[in-house]
Order: sequence, then C-alpha cells, then structure tokens
Amino acid sequence: MMKKLTAFLLMMAPVVSMAAGGGIKLMEADVDLNNKASLQHGAQLYVNYCMGCHSISYMRYNRMGEDLGLTDEQVVQNLMPVADFSKLPKGETPKIGSLMKNAMPAEAAEGWFGTKVPDLSVVARSRGADWLYTYLKTFYVDESRPMGVNNQAFPLVGMPHVLWELEGLKKPVYETHETADGEEVKELVDYEFVTEGSMSPAEYDDAVRDLVNFLVYVGEPAKLDRYKIGVWVILFLVVLFFFAYALKKEYWRDVH
Amino acid sequence: MTKTQAFMNWIDARFPMSKMWKEHLSEYYAPKNFNFWYFFGSLALLVLVIQIVTGIFLTMHYKPDAGLAFASVEYIMRDVNWGWLIRYMHSTGASAFFIVVYLHMYRGLMYGSYKNPRELIWIFGVLIYLALMAEAFFGYLLPWGQMSYWGAQVIVNLFSAVPFVGEELSVWIRGDYVIGDATLNRFFAFHVIALPLVLIALVVAHILALHEVGSNNPDGVEIKKNKDANGKPVDGIPFHPYYTVKDIAGVVVFLIFFFAVAFFAPEMGGYFIEHANFVPADPLKTPEHIAPVWYFTPFYAMLRAIPPMFGSQFPGVVVMGAAIVVMFFLPWLDRSPVKSVRYRGPLFKSALAILVISFVVLGYLGVQPSTPVKTLLAQIFTALYFAFFLLMPWYTKIDKTKPVPERVTDK
Repeated sequence: MMKKLTAFLLMMAPVVSMAAGGGIKLMEADVDLNNKASLQHGAQLYVNYCMGCHSISYMRYNRMGEDLGLTDEQVVQNLMPVADFSKLPKGETPKIGSLMKNAMPAEAAEGWFGTKVPDLSVVARSRGADWLYTYLKTFYVDESRPMGVNNQAFPLVGMPHVLWELEGLKKPVYETHETADGEEVKELVDYEFVTEGSMSPAEYDDAVRDLVNFLVYVGEPAKLDRYKIGVWVILFLVVLFFFAYALKKEYWRDVH
Repeated sequence: MTKTQAFMNWIDARFPMSKMWKEHLSEYYAPKNFNFWYFFGSLALLVLVIQIVTGIFLTMHYKPDAGLAFASVEYIMRDVNWGWLIRYMHSTGASAFFIVVYLHMYRGLMYGSYKNPRELIWIFGVLIYLALMAEAFFGYLLPWGQMSYWGAQVIVNLFSAVPFVGEELSVWIRGDYVIGDATLNRFFAFHVIALPLVLIALVVAHILALHEVGSNNPDGVEIKKNKDANGKPVDGIPFHPYYTVKDIAGVVVFLIFFFAVAFFAPEMGGYFIEHANFVPADPLKTPEHIAPVWYFTPFYAMLRAIPPMFGSQFPGVVVMGAAIVVMFFLPWLDRSPVKSVRYRGPLFKSALAILVISFVVLGYLGVQPSTPVKTLLAQIFTALYFAFFLLMPWYTKIDKTKPVPERVTDK
C-alpha cells in the first residue's frame, strides 16, 4: 500500500520550475504576506508613488482595508487619492467599495510614456515577486533614455524611476572581460550613487520589499486565507481516509 | 409490505429503478482482483462531476466578452464568495482530469483491456479523450490571458494549413480574421454546453459497453467463464458494496492530492495556470515563448518535430492528428493471444516502456523552446511513439507469452 502511494505521489509531482526570463539573475524578494505592517507600508507606498499611473482596478478599497487591518475611516483618510474627493458632489463621502482605479487618461499616457501603462492588479502573478523586487532595485542613470534612466531587469523601460527620491540615483559600473572567443563584453557589475536618496540602501530594500509584498497580496487577496483553510481541508480528508479505509477493510473481510 | 417498499414498487412499475441499480451496482459482478490502477475510472467520473459543478458556478459570474472576460475572472477571484476556490478547483480539475485519464489509459494498455470483446469500450474511451482535449482547448481561451489568446491562435492556425480550403476554414472557425470576440463567444458555447453534452453521452456509452461485457482485470482472465450454480462469476464480487467502499477510500486519497494543489499550489509552478496568462490578451504583442498547457505538450512536440513541406505546416498537423487516430486501431493491431502484461513477453513489455518514455519525453520537449537538438529528439521520440502502434502486429505476434491461469490470482 505504502509503495503504491509513494509511486502515486511521484507521478503526481510535476517538474516544478519556471524560468521568469530575462538575462539578469533575480534577487530574492522574500516577502511575508502575514506581516500586516509590511502590507500597510506597501499600500501607502503604492498609493503615493505608483497609483498615479498604475491602477489596480480589480481591487476594492474596502477589501484592501479589511485584509490589511485598517478601518474604512483610515482607508479614506490615508489611501484614497484626493482626486477622488474633488470629483464628488459637496457633502458626499467617497465610496469605500469602489475599485482602485486612477484618473490618468490611458490614451494620453500612451503618448507620454510611449507605451501603454499597465494595470498592476495581477503583475505579481505574471512577473513574480522576485522580478518586481529586482526591477525596482535596478534603475540606473542613462542619459540616452527619454526618462534619464534605464533598468537592468527591464532594459529600455519607458517608466521613470519614481522612487528616486527614496533610493537616490545610481550609475552603473561596468567591467569588461573577454569571452572564450576573444570578444570583449561589457558587463554591468555594480552601481555607484550619484545622488543620495532620503533612505539608506537597507531602508530602501525594506521599502521595496513592502511594496512588492503589497503587490503579491493585490495579485491574489485570497492567498491570505487559502493556506489556512487548506490545512483544515487536508486534515479533515486525512481523518476521513482512516474511516473510509476501515469501512473498506470491514466489507472486504469476506472476499477471498 | 413496508411503506418504503410500496413506494419502490410504485416507482419500479413506472421506471426501471431497481433493475438499473441491480444491473449496474448491486449485481454487477466485477473481478475481485482489481489493483491500484483500477481507481482511475471512478476518479475520472468524479473529476467530471467536479468540473461540471464548479463550471456551473463559474458560468454564473464569467462574461464571455473580449472586453470583460479577463476582468470577470479576476472578479470571480476577488469579489465572488469562495470564487477563488471554485476557480482553482476548476483549473486544478482540468489538469487532474488528464492525469487520471492518462493513468486510466495506461492501465488499459497494460492489461489489454482494449482487446476482444472490449473494443468498443476502448473506442468510446478514445472518443472521450478527444472530446476532453477539445473541451480543455475551448476552456483555455476563456480567461482571455496572453497564453489563452496565443495558444488558441496557434491551434486555429493549424487548420489554415489544410490545403486549398485552409484559410477559409480557419476564418470560419474563428468567426474573424484573428482570434476575437466572436471566437471567445463561440468557444464559450462549445465549452459550457456542446462538449459537456458530448462528454456525458460518451461516458454513458463507455460505461454501458463496459457493463455489457464486464470488466477486465490485471490477469486478463474472463471471469464470466467460471460461474457458480447461481450463474454468478466465481471470481466476481458485486460492485456495490465492495468496489463502492473501496473507491470511496480512493476518492479520499485523490481529494487529498487534489486539494493540496488547489489550496497550496494552484498554479503548480506555472504548469496548471501559466504565468503569462495573468497578462490580458493582446493581439498586438506575441509572447516570446508560446507553450500549451502540459497535457497537450506531447502532441505539440510532434507537431513541431515535423518540418514544413512544400511551404506548408500540414504534414505536422497530419502527424499530430494521426497520433490520436492510431489509438482507435489498437484492438486490431494487437495480435497477442494474451491480454495482460503479466503473461506477455519481453517484446511487448519493452514496447510499452518505450511508449511511456516517448510520451513523457515528448511532453517535456513540448514545453521547451525548440533547438536543433531538441527537434531531433522530438523526431526520434515521435517515431518511437508511432512504432509502438505500427509495429504492434509484428512484435505481439512473435512475442513469447506465459500460460494464463484459469482463475484470477492474488497479485
């Protein structure tokens, strides 16, 4: 019986591996969805720095508040953009159940940035947390680009480095080495700061981690519950199996 | 007469309730030596029920509209109560369906369950497999992500490789020159009503045919040849309660695996739900690497293995189609006097092993971007896959066999 179960297990186990693509080695985001403070900080960063351009239009304000341990009042005061208030008739409060859209006209934005500005509701599910973390940490000064910056994880990106005030600006340090064929290759190995940010590198890492954590949450709010519920479901089934197996044994006693 | 019995008599006079119960459950005699491999038939039925029930609830909230589909799936994932679980059960169910069906088919190959007198059971089974592939293909477009879109694009383009009428044919299928709203709407219709009806009808036919001739078993012995004084097979036991209770235990074990995936790894590392499918469909942006979901990859590898001839992809399409069509002929390709692998010789055993290896390797190659070496490998394993079927009349005829026992054995 055990042997068969193991065989079955092996058959069910797929080859779990998935390359995210892109030449760069990804840094580990190491996010923790159970850390409410981190998620709240991430939400704050997102609303202040990202949401002006990137909506998360499948998410609702009140659901976010509920999941992040914030009251509706706190969400309205701190996380709803002022733009939403100004459009409302006098005396009316913003709708806490509304979707987290933004006011930027999509077509105009395409003209400004040269590309569509994507909604980021499920970006953590398509790109992965590690990619997002790496992306937000590898902006560097590149005067040849329209926004003055380039990105190592997303070369020729159209987005400016919105978090530059926090991180500062850095320029790339290249190292030239020869390949086996004698070709010279320039490789980006490190960065050096040209402008200091308001945060230390360690603080910035934490801020980016919180922001990515928030995006992972936004990608799948159900993730907060699904592991907890899953444990009980599996436990129930394991207990049920013992009864089912005992029942089978009892019936099969008379089969020879 | 008790009231319950009176009620049953009333029913039986009008509908063959007790008769059906007896014929298919309480007096359907199944061989007593079923092993592990015999769980997957009932499990496939269970998964079909899971897919239909979760599918009904998804249909209540999903919008088959190119402008709304992607958002409606996210609406299900967030705003519908337990919508995420229903959706994950459905997406996990799709992969689980193929896992149990592949194991069920392998069981049939191992124990010669397709051989006389069970040819029709096998044929209905292959038809179910075909319908299942169509069902999965239509369903995969519905989330309207990048992989949904471009996967459908690749597959529908196969039809445009058909000589002469190809172009018109593919436009007719899509209802447009590219995959679009019309395509989504009709795929939705196929996915939620047309193919489920076909599937259910075929499953009924599969089971009726099975119950007509009786189940095979790991020894490949016909239990109906050995009957007692009452005309019951000596080696048979009533399906109910013996196999119902056994299958319940199997179902619970299956559900442990099923829910482990649904709750803890619904994307299964990108194999059950592909990462690229979280990007909304964009007709102007072709993804770098288009890979079908894992259960189609062996056939996709075969398609890519065949080089275009006369500037047409058609030969690849033919080979891919032939890989499935050839299965229908299996009962007549096998010339062995014995059914079960237990009493077959080294030739059949090796051939079966080669088939399994080929299928797995092709499956792996199908998810990989193609390189010259990988294409060569795909060609070799495609040839080996077909060799299993096409050389079967020869190797099963000359293969040594062991004497088959009169009665079923205990392992």
